[in-house]
Amino acid sequence: MRSSYTETLEPASEAEAIDAFGDGEGVTVLAGGTILMPEVTYGRYPRGGRTLMLHRAGLSGIRGDGPVTIGAMTPLAEVAARGIEPLASAAAAVADAEIRNQATFGGNLCAPPGRESPRGDLQTPLLVMKATVRSAGAGGERTEPVEDYLAADESRLVLSVEVSPPDGAAYVTQRRPHSHSYSVISVAAATYDGVLRLAAGGVGSSAVRLRAVEAALADGQPAEKAAGRAAHETRPQDDALASAWYRREILPVLIARVLQQVEEAQSWN
Amino acid sequence: MELTVNGAPRATASSPVTPLLTVLREEFNITGAKPGCEQGGCGACTVLVDGEPRRSCLLAIGMIGDAEITTVEGLGTPQELAPIQATFNDRYAAQCGYCTSGMLMAGQALLNRSESPVTRDQVLEALSGHVCRCTGYVKIVDAVIAASVGEFDNAETDERLTPQDNEPEVQIRGSAA
Repeated sequence: MRSSYTETLEPASEAEAIDAFGDGEGVTVLAGGTILMPEVTYGRYPRGGRTLMLHRAGLSGIRGDGPVTIGAMTPLAEVAARGIEPLASAAAAVADAEIRNQATFGGNLCAPPGRESPRGDLQTPLLVMKATVRSAGAGGERTEPVEDYLAADESRLVLSVEVSPPDGAAYVTQRRPHSHSYSVISVAAATYDGVLRLAAGGVGSSAVRLRAVEAALADGQPAEKAAGRAAHETRPQDDALASAWYRREILPVLIARVLQQVEEAQSWN
Repeated sequence: MELTVNGAPRATASSPVTPLLTVLREEFNITGAKPGCEQGGCGACTVLVDGEPRRSCLLAIGMIGDAEITTVEGLGTPQELAPIQATFNDRYAAQCGYCTSGMLMAGQALLNRSESPVTRDQVLEALSGHVCRCTGYVKIVDAVIAASVGEFDNAETDERLTPQDNEPEVQIRGSAA
């Protein structure tokens, strides 16, 4: 009986979930609980308000063969098992098997920067996979590119995400060894009809597309020089995982590595 | 709300947004699952929910419904240890013991879903989220593999668990509640 009071809502369908969320005012969403439950344990949650529990709302599952639709409540283990790269590698790199069975796709996408570090490792691959986010909230339901969704930074309920499996893909992540933490930095690449898309996570409050690097590569600049452009479109910060300096130093290295991987993958096709 | 723990129904008055670990330990006095980091990083609180290993510190009780919860207390009894408990004992896989119940539950879940014998790699993957600060990992992994092939000796285990004549009798007082 440690928890203080919160009204809990347990919608039994997507429509009920949208109704219960409303405009999001005073609502905290409990998906898998891997982020919220420690807050309960530490006595920081709840402080009044409503908790929207989504486990019965029917928002879990992966559908489609061309464009693929992933429900917000799909466990990360299922996303990893589906094998759509670079998303699958990113999902498989999150924490451990037990956490991946509980943590959800939507929860990871929505994870705000933590007290100690950026979170939401799946933002990075989604940015290069032409992902569109279907969400509900103030102004009703809408579907928008994941980049716009992240930039808007509004309180919205993610329902599902559609991704286009790319022709080629690669994902690299730098994590502290023997730890469970979020990625220090991650870089994802995807190619569609020979056009390369790049994104990085852990270099700002949410993941970002590396458009300047993409443009430099398209201009025929060598990978090492093009990777240097990332410094102009990222804002690494000091946190408990790594210093901003370390992140600036390691980012071009990971970009070069991901480019090499995507090239190798293509040469096999 | 009612939860099924080790086959028995238990009523709780806690909010649905309460960690299962808190309810197990503080309401039900079932203390086998240990509070370690209490943020999902150490594995000491692992229990089975419908046979799947879950972090009880991260699991809101409102999400459990009528799923069957198994804690280490539901694995075996002191008189009749589960094979994995017997091999942990035989092979000295517990040192301070704090991580042991979580290791046992994750190991048991692996045994339940795997063909026998399990491989070292399977065990390493299954236990990857479990931290042992005594760093006795080699014996822990050995014990899970041994349990998967039934390499345990009940007679020897019984002997170790039975107080010897020259051991002083120690009575443990108090409770964990």
